[in-house]
Order: sequence, then C-alpha cells, then structure tokens
Amino acid sequence: MKDQNLYNYVLQHADSSLILGQRLAEWCGHGPILEQDIAMSNISLDLIGQCRMWYQYAAEIQDEGKSEDEIVAFRDAWDYRNVQLVEQPNGDFAQTIFRQFLFDTYSVHFYEMLINSKDERLAAIAGKSHKEALYHVKWSGDWVIRLGDGTEESHDRMKAAIDELWSYSGELTKPNETETKAFEEGYGVNLAALKEKRDAKIREILTEATLEVPESTYTHEGGKDGRHTEHLGYILSDLQFLQRAYPGQEW
Amino acid sequence: MKNWPLWEIFIRSKAGLNHKHVGSLHAADEEMAIQNARDVYTRRNEGVSIWVVKSEFITASDPDDSDPLYEPAKDKVYRHPTFYDLPDEVKHM
Repeated sequence: MKDQNLYNYVLQHADSSLILGQRLAEWCGHGPILEQDIAMSNISLDLIGQCRMWYQYAAEIQDEGKSEDEIVAFRDAWDYRNVQLVEQPNGDFAQTIFRQFLFDTYSVHFYEMLINSKDERLAAIAGKSHKEALYHVKWSGDWVIRLGDGTEESHDRMKAAIDELWSYSGELTKPNETETKAFEEGYGVNLAALKEKRDAKIREILTEATLEVPESTYTHEGGKDGRHTEHLGYILSDLQFLQRAYPGQEW
Repeated sequence: MKNWPLWEIFIRSKAGLNHKHVGSLHAADEEMAIQNARDVYTRRNEGVSIWVVKSEFITASDPDDSDPLYEPAKDKVYRHPTFYDLPDEVKHM
C-alpha cells in the first residue's frame, strides 16, 4: 500500500458512487414514465462510470495486483466506506429524488473543488465528473421544485421524503479523519467551505419548492468508516452475487 | 402524467447541420421536454442542440390530398438541376 489515507479517501468516494448507482439502477424498468426511467438509468450509469475511475485508482494505490472488480466484489459491508445516505431505500419517487438531490448538491461542489487537487489523478477524475454532476443536480433540483411546488399530494410526499432523509444529509460534509488529513495534505477538499456552498444551494431550491429547510442539524454518521445501516448488506448480496458465485467471471 | 402533452423533438447532430425530427415524448412543460429529450435522444452522442415543440402546434398535410399535392411534381424532371456540367472545384452539390 503506497498511501493508506489516500486509498481510504478514494475508496470512500468510489463506494458512495457505486452504491447510489446501484440503488438508481433498481428503478430501471419501474420508472414513473419511460422518459424518467431512462433519465435515472443514465444517471446510474454516470455514477458507475465515475466509480470505475475511482476504483481503478484505488487498485493502483493498493498495489496488490487486484482489479477494480475484485475490490468491489470481495469486500464485506464493514469494509465499504460509502455514506449512509446512498444506501437508503428508493422509497417512492419523491424519496429517490430527495436522496439524489442531497447527494448531487454535495458532489457538484465536491468535484468543482477537487479539480484543484494537487493529486493529478484526482483532479482528472473531478474534471470529467463535474460536468455530469452539473446535469444531475439540475435534474434532481428541478424535480424537488416540481414536486414541492406541485399538487398537494406531491408536496406532502416531498415533505415526507425530507423528514425521512434529512438526518442522513450531514454526513456528506462532516469530515472524518481521512478527509481532514486529505485536506491538510493538499489533495482533499475543504468540507467546511463545501458545506457553505451546499447549504446555500439546498436552501435556494427548497425555498423555490415551497418547502422548509429542517432546523435539525443532527446527522447519522459512520458510513465513511465502515458503519452502515441494515440496508447495505442486502444491496451487496445483489451486487456481489455473480462474482461470489463465479469468481473471476467476465463479460 | 397521462395529461402531460406530447412534444416533437428535433436534434442537430453537429454544428452547421439542420435540426432533424427524431421522435416525440411526453413532458409537463418545455423545460422538462428538453431534459427528457436530452436523456432519451442524445444519450449515444447524437446531438449538440435540441428543439422541442408541442405536437399540437404542428399542422400536417392530409394524406388524402397526397395525389394533388405531390403527384404533379413527379414528371417535372427539368426542375432538378441535372442538366448542368459542374466544375470539379464545386463541392457539396
């Protein structure tokens, strides 16, 4: 292992993109309308594409000859470092939209700032991913506004989604040891500065959607250090089945 | 969503070319129509510009009028500029 902290930092972001991509993929064939079904599949594929760049870099840093697939398929839940938000169930469309919105408002600013990382690989991953994240946040933000400022039912569902997911929002911008060190060493993002931008964006969109920003700042945390909700194990059993049953299998 | 209007989608495949009709889709308003068109019709790199127009604003010719409308043009070959010798320097004709 060349650099354990860099490895953990890369893995955190790889895992969050992968798990959210997998969750969104569950919508494939079940979207409310064909056009949105495709939109969610597109975003899912963007996220899977992003996580591949992260995992490939992780494999290089780890330097044990493992492939990106092996890193994904042969780790158990406690070795996954995704934030707890992304493993939360799809729920109804409003819940999926709000989970996505909370993630997108983070990732769009994360990649925007990571472009200035002193690590060239991270900067390159950020450059490519930022354009995708700009579209994602436009999509999810527009839907938050449409549903919030829509009918009575869509407003209520959006409100329920906020109640359900708000306590998973803060983990994204609350630095753990890995992120603090990454920032100090010049390759990671300053999460305090990111939080300011993200909070402003969330407030702007929720206000336009005639929804209230919850006052609570309580947040679940620990996903980034391997502590997860009950959902992750089920996701992994789906995601990892093929490689576990037929190790080394390729397309 | 049954009530969402139908939109006709036009995509320009690259700068300088014209927008071409590629299909139709449902969306609540023009902004969503653009986004849906982006997701449905440009995901394989098909375009650089999108036009959307509500299907109800398209006026179409009546298929029953095909004969009087199009038949008369068929035997007027002299309307095609095929009787000129083009210099080799002239391209894209």
